[in-house]
Amino acid sequence: MAPDGTPDLKVVGTRPIRPDGVDKVTGRAQFGADFQLPGQLVGKVLRSPHAHARIRSIDTSKAEAIPGVKAVMTAADMPEITSEEAFVGEGPADFKDMSGNTMARDKALYDGHAVAAVAATSAAAADAALAAIEVDYEVLPHVIDVEDAMVEGAPVLHDDMFTSGVDPKPATPSNVAKRMVFELGDVDAAFEKADIVIERKYKTAPVHQGYIEPHACVAQYAADGQVQIYCSSQGQFMVRAYVAKLLGIDISEIRVTPLEIGGGFGGKTLVYLEPLAVVLSRKSGRPVKMAMTREEVFRGSGPTSGGTVWVKIGAKRDGTIVAGDAVLKFQAGAYAGSPVGPGCMTAFAVYDLQDVRITGYDVVTNRPKVAAYRAPGAPISNFGVESAVDELARELDMDPVELRLKNAAKKGTKAAYGPTFGDIGCVETLEAVKNHPNYNVPLGPNQGRGVAAGFWFNIGGESSATVNINEDGTAVVATGNPDIGGSRASMAMMAAEVLGIDVERVRPIVADTSSVGYCFLTGGSRVTFATGMAVVEASKSAVNELKARAAKTWDIPVDAVEWEDGRAVPAGSNAGDFEPLSLEDLAAKSGRTGGPIAATSSLNAQGAGPGFGTHLVDVEVDRETGHVKVLRYLATQDAGRAIHPSYVEGQIQGGAVQGIGWALNEEYIYDDKGRLENPGFLDYRIPVASDLPMIDTVVVEVPNPRHPYGARGVGEVPIVPPMAAMANAIQDAIGIRMTELPMSPPKVRKAVDEQAAAEE
Amino acid sequence: MAKHHISTTINGEPVEFLCNTEQTMLDVLRDELHLTGTKEGCATGDCGACSITVDGRLVCSCLMLGVEAEGHAIQTIEGMADGDQLHPLQQKFLEYAALQCGICTPGFLVASRALLERNPNPTEEEARYWLAGNLCRCTGYDKIIRAVLDTAADMRGAS
Repeated sequence: MAPDGTPDLKVVGTRPIRPDGVDKVTGRAQFGADFQLPGQLVGKVLRSPHAHARIRSIDTSKAEAIPGVKAVMTAADMPEITSEEAFVGEGPADFKDMSGNTMARDKALYDGHAVAAVAATSAAAADAALAAIEVDYEVLPHVIDVEDAMVEGAPVLHDDMFTSGVDPKPATPSNVAKRMVFELGDVDAAFEKADIVIERKYKTAPVHQGYIEPHACVAQYAADGQVQIYCSSQGQFMVRAYVAKLLGIDISEIRVTPLEIGGGFGGKTLVYLEPLAVVLSRKSGRPVKMAMTREEVFRGSGPTSGGTVWVKIGAKRDGTIVAGDAVLKFQAGAYAGSPVGPGCMTAFAVYDLQDVRITGYDVVTNRPKVAAYRAPGAPISNFGVESAVDELARELDMDPVELRLKNAAKKGTKAAYGPTFGDIGCVETLEAVKNHPNYNVPLGPNQGRGVAAGFWFNIGGESSATVNINEDGTAVVATGNPDIGGSRASMAMMAAEVLGIDVERVRPIVADTSSVGYCFLTGGSRVTFATGMAVVEASKSAVNELKARAAKTWDIPVDAVEWEDGRAVPAGSNAGDFEPLSLEDLAAKSGRTGGPIAATSSLNAQGAGPGFGTHLVDVEVDRETGHVKVLRYLATQDAGRAIHPSYVEGQIQGGAVQGIGWALNEEYIYDDKGRLENPGFLDYRIPVASDLPMIDTVVVEVPNPRHPYGARGVGEVPIVPPMAAMANAIQDAIGIRMTELPMSPPKVRKAVDEQAAAEE
Repeated sequence: MAKHHISTTINGEPVEFLCNTEQTMLDVLRDELHLTGTKEGCATGDCGACSITVDGRLVCSCLMLGVEAEGHAIQTIEGMADGDQLHPLQQKFLEYAALQCGICTPGFLVASRALLERNPNPTEEEARYWLAGNLCRCTGYDKIIRAVLDTAADMRGAS
């Protein structure tokens, strides 16, 4: 039985081939850079070579005189935006800052900050134009590190930034945008009751989402003011809303057609190129195509915050954790809005604590403005807390899984950020680790085992779906969320489940902004939950209409018709009176029974089930080189109900591996002038196939009562535990507590040398 | 400067094109021939999304000039399926859900085919090292490696 009491499901939980699969294995699928319009120009961006500089003037006259150059733009071509909160979904933002980030106005705030853009008939002409633009910079002192930026006397990025959340309000501007505190119970008193207290500071490096597809778009501004944008993003409605706002255009004038998205992980939840392409098209009268190079992706987009995490936890001798305290300092990049809020809220969420306090600081630095990255903020605070809990387990000489089981959040636990949990699977994921063979594999010399658990809220939100029943009894399901990792499959499966037909008979499409109702962006692990709910509702409405058509055909009351296996069946006193009418029969005759059959649903989905996961990793440390090899990796997670289990496993495996990269290798390296030294995949090293073993997964299913099939979001949880799990495994292998990410070979080697020196 | 006139073979078809000296094979494929199945992820030879084969040898098309195609036989992702008959690797990638966003998939398929042509019975480690030049940020490589190894087993059984 399914959680809602319906009979066993026929489609949900199976593993059909994804509907867009053939396009993607044959090269036919059109991604952001694959689209073109006749007569399109090549658009390119001029970027600041300075980490912090006042822009005294920009002279574009020489660039404009180059043959083939059709338009040159600066911030002067965009409206000045007043401060107003922008709802980005997974992190706070401000439209004024967003405008400034797409094109610097008075100051360039990081190496790579856009200062001008051109459109030309060829790439060569565009490059020549960029070289001919004369920008008069007054170079200013800069600051890269988060704690350096908080020191009095640090170079101040914004002279109108006065720390909010402190009383009294500061009299002088600083780089601290905001201070926040989340508190439950009486933390200081609770620490008095502790037998053991662990206190330590940890540090993480900013890391890029690392999607393989650079940002790209084509924009066309027509003489009547109609704007067409074709781009890859995590939300065509997001692109429409932001372009409208940043350029002062009515939403009805803009139509955004989503192209396939080549990875996003949160990094495509905002706009960079689209407003520039629209302005360049308006100025030139031609369509403009823009695509970032990989270097531009690193210098000008993403990443997520780096930060410091101070953690203090207190426990009883028996392992009961009695108090938790943490201070998080996250760098936001050049504008306010790091994910320190969710970092705070998730920090201790896997534990059932009565007394807990988390303080967060949102700090600007001369780096690219951060963007959402998979469970924004949570991996950073989790690295600190789950490392500290591992230290506690060692102090107590307790199994780290048993310690977590003893303190795990469960139904009824009140989280520090407010809500009381309903049905959650934290304990189940811990048990799944304990019951897995990996838990008992013997380890050799310099090998170690680490465990960590993680949490993410998951969100619902606004979604729409349209179900059209075709005249041959097949169906088209239109939604407005880019398919970033197989969501077309889950949409088609849920529709097929309700309609009672084979999934191959449902064709899911991702529609443009003028062809389907509003959908909030693809992010927050929301699509299968929220947009899936809209698909289920629309499909149910279609079934109701099909039943009504059958009732009309048979001339019986509609409530005397039931829908079974894709057929209308007479029921009750009429049972057996008529031959069942299939979806094909009803569709073929729809013209005679009332017209085409179509249904829509628009809703604001509530009740996204929180997600929990536990990871277990075995590593081997090479003391000579400092290299850490991952021997075995297990990720367990509560998916509520896996709609398409292969893609759930895929989300878990992909998130875990991004976390392994975050743990071991990924970081931004700046020179003393604040210029990024590793803006490419050779020097910014993401995990490759030969770095890794298979990633074992166990999908636990604690149904989410608020979803028709019990689904929870699954995309974000898996990136939360890996960093601490890896650090804990390294500690287990060589007896060294690594407190700073990445735990790259030079850092591990240095720690090994220091350990040897200390032992002499 | 005048463009170069290049005669080559792409996916078994004779093809002629004009290109500038500095144009990469990747840019020729995408911008001149509209074969956009070959992807640009980095343009520096680090990600493998632009993988093609030249006379059977696996190369990053972003590191090759268009003029170097003269007289050679190029294979791209567009030539991998035989009409509507998918190559066994393509079919297996679908069955294993070995792709999420799909941007790296053409490069992985071209590289995997080159592997199996050389080594019909690769170990997991051999497959992982052969494919280490192809970056995937979505899958964690698990399902890709499984799909490649299972395809190899099937193809050995069939031959």
